[in-house]
Amino acid sequence: MASKNLPMREALRQALLEEMQRDERVFIMGEEVGHWQGTHRVTRGFVEEFGEKRVRDTPITEMAIGGLAVGAAMAGLRPVAEFMTINFAFLALDAIINHAAKVHYFFDGLVKCPVVFRAATGWGDQATASHSHTPEPIFAHFPGLYVGSPSNSTDAYGMLKASIRNDNPVLFTESIGLYSRPGPMPDDTDFLVPIGKGDIKREGSDVTLISYGRGVRWCLQAARQLEQEGVSAEIVDVRWLRPLDTDLIFESFKKTNRAVIVEESHQFYSFGSEVAAQIQEHCFDWMDAPIKRVTQHDVPVPFSKALEQLTYPNADDVVAAVKEIL
Amino acid sequence: MAQDVMFTMDGMLLNWLKEVGDSVTAGDIIAEFDADKATVEVEAPADGVLVATLIEVGDEIEEGTVIARIGEVGESASSGNGASQAPAKAESDAKPEAPPVATTPQTASSNEAARTPDGHIMASPIAKRIAADKGIELTQVAGTGPGGRIVKADVENLDPAKVVKPAAAAVSTSAAPTMPFQSYGKLPEGDDVVIIDMNRMRKAIAKGTITSMNTTPHFYVTIETDVGELLRLRKELNTQLADEGIKISVNDMVVKAVALTLKHFPNLNTHYYGDKFVQHKRINVAIAVALPDNGLVNVVSPDTDKTSLSAMAQYHVEMFVNVRDGKIKPEYVHGGTFLVSNLGAYGVESFSSIIDPPQSGALAVGAARKIPVVLDDGTIGVGNRMKVTLSVDHRVSDGAEGAQFLQHFKNLIENPMRLLV
Repeated sequence: MASKNLPMREALRQALLEEMQRDERVFIMGEEVGHWQGTHRVTRGFVEEFGEKRVRDTPITEMAIGGLAVGAAMAGLRPVAEFMTINFAFLALDAIINHAAKVHYFFDGLVKCPVVFRAATGWGDQATASHSHTPEPIFAHFPGLYVGSPSNSTDAYGMLKASIRNDNPVLFTESIGLYSRPGPMPDDTDFLVPIGKGDIKREGSDVTLISYGRGVRWCLQAARQLEQEGVSAEIVDVRWLRPLDTDLIFESFKKTNRAVIVEESHQFYSFGSEVAAQIQEHCFDWMDAPIKRVTQHDVPVPFSKALEQLTYPNADDVVAAVKEIL
Repeated sequence: MAQDVMFTMDGMLLNWLKEVGDSVTAGDIIAEFDADKATVEVEAPADGVLVATLIEVGDEIEEGTVIARIGEVGESASSGNGASQAPAKAESDAKPEAPPVATTPQTASSNEAARTPDGHIMASPIAKRIAADKGIELTQVAGTGPGGRIVKADVENLDPAKVVKPAAAAVSTSAAPTMPFQSYGKLPEGDDVVIIDMNRMRKAIAKGTITSMNTTPHFYVTIETDVGELLRLRKELNTQLADEGIKISVNDMVVKAVALTLKHFPNLNTHYYGDKFVQHKRINVAIAVALPDNGLVNVVSPDTDKTSLSAMAQYHVEMFVNVRDGKIKPEYVHGGTFLVSNLGAYGVESFSSIIDPPQSGALAVGAARKIPVVLDDGTIGVGNRMKVTLSVDHRVSDGAEGAQFLQHFKNLIENPMRLLV
């Protein structure tokens, strides 16, 4: 299926473009998505192709972006609302959590809310303490909302398409650290990554590395390092934080009996906490070692470039965690 | 699939008659237990191979304990586990240098599990599960995980038969001692010594008394009693009972006095079970009986407090004769709640007894002796005196109660008509 390599931003652009071409109910709204060509260039050329009606530049008010998107979705459109970064989406939590995630339930399924909230996530370039969050687990906490975050171009393409075509609200984040990374592109315009379906990114037998988004990249780097030392690491990319592909996680864990969970975000009440709890509850008799979590440090992200790097996990941290439990 | 062999009584393993790897036929005797002081044999429940023994000689087990596993012919103990054998080797070969862990030193070369400072054996859940499936004793596995933790690779390909169990191994070599004991150096040899194998009863006594002395905090209280009146009454009773062929012994009267005293001191008719006490409503005094060929059995006089002296005398004679002839019936040795040991017949003035757990008390009875005593009028005269020493488990009772018990006992002995009513 793979044909050409494209950076993840282009894979996302391609997916969104094709979905807007395929279904005229699909439209994009957000800050700088139109004439500025998108903060991360995902909507490059969109306003020229689809016009201002379907490519809506909004004022700097996330509350309004969230509310408008929910209303439009309830009224029958399929909006894609872009938050410049996930940090700004905190202003729209009411629309996302109290409305989008609950509409289907409130109206007993009679009213659907097929909205996709897109946002850049993660850290880099000295964005400082308030603009460097990776808070997918916060959103995944609430029932009624799907949460996904791709780790490469192929998944980005198939996951965004699946999100847009799904009748449920989806929070879709794109790691800033991955936008430029090239990856193979499917040549099938109907290539979809089923919502809730994880993926084995690398097979192995000694330890399972579980992650999503940018963390998967660190896992792949770590696995190559470990391989040279004779340790075979399997990598589970869950892709979706909710629904979580626990079947895949358990299957891999029962094979390797050890797990290290890797994520860009903080450790307390984290993705790793939930996955570790699921494993110990369902795979207790297969555990051969404590489950380790590799996460961002438990501090606000500093402005200093040197210090900023120190607060984030990397492949070496993953290798060290694996060695602790072998 | 391997079949469990269960022992259905409380008891102590005396011998394995089959070794791991031996073929067995259903009905073969594979083990001997000491249970209720009788030797009880355990039969193989099915044809097959003894693939694992789960307890060691000298282990005391509770009713229902699985003691061994019997597999099908051709089945090794390590089969039956579906896990692939291949990855474990790769895992262990590939193991990178583990980061140093300061807490628990690893016992690298020994065949013994590393423990945390509080004695816990560190083993991963999957290692525990595999060990349980295969009948592997984790205490005998050296862990290679962080801090010495036993991990899957340590047990996955381990043959239970190769896990050395020290005591069990000793049994198979005839000269080696089979009881846990302090080493006194090389076993002496030559014409000047006779080497005698410890028989089952001595092993059982050794194990029981070591357990008692090492785990039961004994204290001792001694009292002297005036048995003049008791001896006089006994003579009178025996004269009257002569026609019936009944002869009441001093010991019968002592045992009766103990039983009647226990009625007032239920705390000493109480057995110790960890953090629970079991107070027995029935009073069954056990009596230590020496056997002709060096041995000892505690025979039980059931409902001692409710049995008349004449009935008790007859029962004791019958029981003692049978026991000395080697005819030990389970009911003779089962259910004792308190021990009486009497060396009076040997002229012993006084001694002390080892408590027979879970019992919490024992009375050691000396001889009735004629000695000079100070009489009520202040003159010196001849008195009949008998000393008894009470051993008590201090976890169950204290000195004052022990003293009161003896006071009550002395009162009965010195007013022996009360033993008849």
